Amino acid sequence: MSELLLEIADDELILGWRDSEWTGIAPFLEEDVAFSSIAQNEVGHARALYELAARDLGTTADALAFDREPSEYRCSELVELRLPEWERTIARHVLYEQADAERLERLKASDDPEVAGLAAKIDREEIYHRLHAEMWHERLKDEPRYVEALEALRPLVGRRNGHSPELTTLWEEMTSVRRSQPAGTTW
Amino acid sequence: MTEQEQGFLEYVQSGGQVETDDWMPDEYRARLRKFIEMHGNSELMGVLPEREWILRAPTLQRKLALTAKVQDEVGHSQLIYRVVEDMGKPRAQCLADLVSGKSKFHNVFHYPTKTWGDVGVIAWLVDAAAIISQKALLKCSYAPYARIMKKICWEESFHILHGRDVILTLMNGTDDQRGLVQEALDRWWGPLMQFHGNPIPADEDPMLLWRIKSQGNDEARQQFLDGYVPQIRELGLTVPDPELRKDEETGRWHYTEPDWDELMSVVTGHGPKTEDRLDLRRQARENSAWVRSVLLAA
Amino acid sequence: MIYEVFRQERKGQAFQHAGSVEAADEHFAESYAREQFGRRGESVALWVVERGSIMRIEEFVDELNRNYHRVDGYPLKEKLKEARERAVARDR
Repeated sequence: MSELLLEIADDELILGWRDSEWTGIAPFLEEDVAFSSIAQNEVGHARALYELAARDLGTTADALAFDREPSEYRCSELVELRLPEWERTIARHVLYEQADAERLERLKASDDPEVAGLAAKIDREEIYHRLHAEMWHERLKDEPRYVEALEALRPLVGRRNGHSPELTTLWEEMTSVRRSQPAGTTW
Repeated sequence: MTEQEQGFLEYVQSGGQVETDDWMPDEYRARLRKFIEMHGNSELMGVLPEREWILRAPTLQRKLALTAKVQDEVGHSQLIYRVVEDMGKPRAQCLADLVSGKSKFHNVFHYPTKTWGDVGVIAWLVDAAAIISQKALLKCSYAPYARIMKKICWEESFHILHGRDVILTLMNGTDDQRGLVQEALDRWWGPLMQFHGNPIPADEDPMLLWRIKSQGNDEARQQFLDGYVPQIRELGLTVPDPELRKDEETGRWHYTEPDWDELMSVVTGHGPKTEDRLDLRRQARENSAWVRSVLLAA
Repeated sequence: MIYEVFRQERKGQAFQHAGSVEAADEHFAESYAREQFGRRGESVALWVVERGSIMRIEEFVDELNRNYHRVDGYPLKEKLKEARERAVARDR
């Protein structure tokens, strides 16, 4: 079970990290605020999942989030890509939410009541993410660049044959402050 | 001043509030709109120094807190630009003037951030300086602005606590971490002392006369020093101004006179990071123009 | 389009104007109002309405000072004083 938990946690962490890159520079202010909440929720989901996994593994959520080598993360290539174009970010958002919904259903059916309970909570928050994704999809679906983005990214859904080099670049930046002091330093 | 303008002046000076469609003297309207617009610009530009650190936050909690703080600042700019727009200047025009350098934003957002220490110092001290000004705006004679200031001040309350938490954690940590804080403080002290603006006698300050601000620049600076120098010193940090001391008799702080020329130069677009940050804004805006067009074509 | 947002801080309280958001349609308006005025649990409910749908009324006429249905139409101090004095006199 820790495996699936880590897979989802890593996806949510990296996706949340990527989505948070839009804070301050989204296409317009209202969307900036809304999308930042989505990013924060994703990191929040990762945190809750790490906390659950951390108990079984005898470690901490922060250690799981930051202190593994890039190759040890179980996230998909889809979430690792840096997508500074809005149409690609939304395309990924739409594709990810669809795939994630199915995965969450499996987790909600878990024998472990804590896992099932957390999955249900996450699912309830994801309702708003899905509405947001659908709302944008409706508006952009006739835009050629968005259609292209969907086509380009769709093959990456569910693919976990290894990591994109972009993960290492992200990981190095993400952990640069943390690694500047010995392990176990409080920040 | 015409009789009508005089009447208006007396009205606001005795606490009267003004709504969007009320008659206003041209001078009041012009000063007010420029002031509010600069505030909106500042919230939006203030995001940029902090954004980089969202990506490098060293724990999940810090990551979430910093993202939420920056999100609040974007939200503040949204609220503020709406007020400006209702006064007649569209948001698109405000943003165009911002990126072209035509309109201004506060000095502190023209400077670089170099370390995690800056993240703490900004949230603790820069935000503190800003909150002092913002609290004084709660009584602004222009009611739509006073009303959003209430929400803004409420949201800022967690920013300061987050800043203090970051700083205290660093000060309780390793020598390197303590070093980060002192080094950041050394760099930010100058801009902080300039933040509230050069001293203008109260009876010569149009912002006070029109009750747009309810506190003079010097008064705000003194309030900042009163509140925060003790907090800085009790942590064993040194304020990088050998002249800084409080006159116990008058209760006033003495300090090295800030460099007002530097302030003027910076806010007119010559700060160390001004160009880079305006470029970033301009680029982001250009790249996403198609999104706004698609949404407008309902 | 501009959508005005009214928020209720706690159940039982009045809805108050909180601000406005610019949105392409109702769906976006809902998303943006929710985020701008409710992401911190600061509101238990929001009313969101397109600005054009709001009717403003600011002119009220009372040329003939109709105070018969207001508290300020009933200055009773003098009458009360007189009535008390009369009651005292009757008692003697």
